[in-house]
Amino acid sequence: MTGAVGAAAQGLVRLPVWRARFVLAALLIGFGALVLRALYLQALKTDFLQEKGDARYSRVLEVPATRGRVFDRNGEALAVSTPVKSIWAIPSDVALKSAQKRKLASLLGMTTSELDKKLADPSRDFVYLKRQLAPDTAEAITELGLHGIYDQREFRRYYPAGEVTAHLVGFTGVDDSGQEGVELAHQDSLGGKAGSRRVIKDRLGRVVEDVQSIRAAQDGKDLTLAIDSKIQSLAYSALKSAVIASKARAGALIALDVHTGEVLALANVPSFNPNNRTRLSGAQLRNRVITDLFEPGSTLKPFTVALALESGKVAPQTIVPTAPGRLTIAKYTIRDVHPASALTVAQVIQKSSNVGAAKIALSMPREGMWDFFHRVGFGTAPQLGFPGAAAGKLRPYRTWKPVEQATMSYGHGISLSLVQLARAYTVFATDGELVPLTLVKSDAAAVGERIVSPQTARAVRAMLELAVQPGGTGPRARIMGWRVAGKTGTAHKQENGGYAAHKYIASFVGLAPVSAPRVVIAVMIDEPAAPHYYGGEVAAPVFAQTMQGTLRLLGVPHDAPLEPLEMPADGDAAGEST
Amino acid sequence: MAKLNLLLLAVLVACALGLVTSQHKGRKLFSELERERDRARELDIEYGRLQLEASTWGLHSRVERIAAGNLGLRAPDPRRVRLVGRDSGR
Repeated sequence: MTGAVGAAAQGLVRLPVWRARFVLAALLIGFGALVLRALYLQALKTDFLQEKGDARYSRVLEVPATRGRVFDRNGEALAVSTPVKSIWAIPSDVALKSAQKRKLASLLGMTTSELDKKLADPSRDFVYLKRQLAPDTAEAITELGLHGIYDQREFRRYYPAGEVTAHLVGFTGVDDSGQEGVELAHQDSLGGKAGSRRVIKDRLGRVVEDVQSIRAAQDGKDLTLAIDSKIQSLAYSALKSAVIASKARAGALIALDVHTGEVLALANVPSFNPNNRTRLSGAQLRNRVITDLFEPGSTLKPFTVALALESGKVAPQTIVPTAPGRLTIAKYTIRDVHPASALTVAQVIQKSSNVGAAKIALSMPREGMWDFFHRVGFGTAPQLGFPGAAAGKLRPYRTWKPVEQATMSYGHGISLSLVQLARAYTVFATDGELVPLTLVKSDAAAVGERIVSPQTARAVRAMLELAVQPGGTGPRARIMGWRVAGKTGTAHKQENGGYAAHKYIASFVGLAPVSAPRVVIAVMIDEPAAPHYYGGEVAAPVFAQTMQGTLRLLGVPHDAPLEPLEMPADGDAAGEST
Repeated sequence: MAKLNLLLLAVLVACALGLVTSQHKGRKLFSELERERDRARELDIEYGRLQLEASTWGLHSRVERIAAGNLGLRAPDPRRVRLVGRDSGR
């Protein structure tokens, strides 16, 4: 008793045991809960938490890739991508005062009602107000500091040469991918691939660590084309003024370097401005050199003659009876503009005699003719790497009737593109080899495919030189200082399955300098207005003008005396019926 | 034993500090590298713009217009031009 009293007196009270146990149990439960929570977070939800944590400082960045540039052979830029701004808005966030609205609309180049229409739908989260604005205009808009209106950097393609190279270079769409021409053909190498990477950013938004490259960005590769801007520009302006002067519908021209097979110039009229492609018509977009087919007319005669020479059927001085300037096969009559009683094979080319060409053709088997045309590339699309290159139409020889074989000898009943025709003429420019063409610059000499013997090629070249001398059909193709050779063509246009009576295609294909040919140029003028519609009147001067400039720019040595040339006064000599 | 532990502790602290410093330096260098890369990209873009400008100013038709119009230049008569071969001694 005294013990208990003593303890109480000392302030010691014996507590019940359960209280201590209770506290201990509570602590253990608390620990247990913590352990479980830790397990839950560490083991089960770790991915989620890690992700949330990373999101505080790590970012996935888009790595933009730039599109490759296009240059001409001298390094002159033909197509360059440069950043521009696109303005976009979140319609529901935009609240504009009328003064602001007017200002914005005028900067965007639209009326306020047009702007209202774009912002009308508040359910949309993203509306482009205007794409690809000039950087300073975009800057001015950003400076207005409007809520809900943002800018975004995009690339836009510029073409400094504009309409001059429009058909060759082509253009890209608003998403910076090729739509026409070289831009489309080389889309794979020009177009870069945007990449992305995960980085750590610091408080100031600077990238401080590269965590991981998700996809490496690949910039597009630059492309150097074979064309020469100066020659191209010269060719384009010569062609354009000829088309305007002859009130023609269209014109096309191609210039080739015979040694390398490079396309030095490729021009089309009408053209368009690739930097501003509103209101484009199909006629403007057509690349007549590569994708359009036409019946070449007399420019095909040299091939008929070359085959005849090659097969030993005739020699250049063999006489072909052409009296009376008409030849009737079945119900069809072939005519000459200048009837002659007899012509040598060389004169058939010089005077562009249809009857002579037809008679030469009919002395040969049709298989041989088909095979020869096929080997010089007619009926096969040229390997240019250009979208939509036309193959032309060369019907199988089994279906040829004699009259068709006769008309084909002077380029009717067969259709081809201007580039095929120009390429075929490399046979006469290279002593008998057909040169593969390229639109991309190449330093190596092209390896041609032998078509005819050097003797035949030289003989035809001599005939072609005769054709541009006074007395031939194309004296206007001559230039001072260099010997040229070439052939005129004046073909009736095909229309509704027949030939149009007063619509023509005037053409000229030639090469220079004759002593060591370097350049082949082919010119085609579509529907020149009467009375001057002959190839020798309309197309030959374009050839001469372009050829002279080209030879000068390439520094080709003269091979003819520098004496002024006498040009024929009227167009009579140029007369021919195909 | 206690001395060894203390020594190891000191080494550990030093290592930890070293790691922190090197990582900091690494990040600083990296952000500098990034800045330079950005600059390179900007310069490349500007180069493209300048190429564009050069091409536009040097457009054949423009040069011709100025040469023929403002400066009164014309192509010389071919008879007064002498071509010199690149590798011939003439």
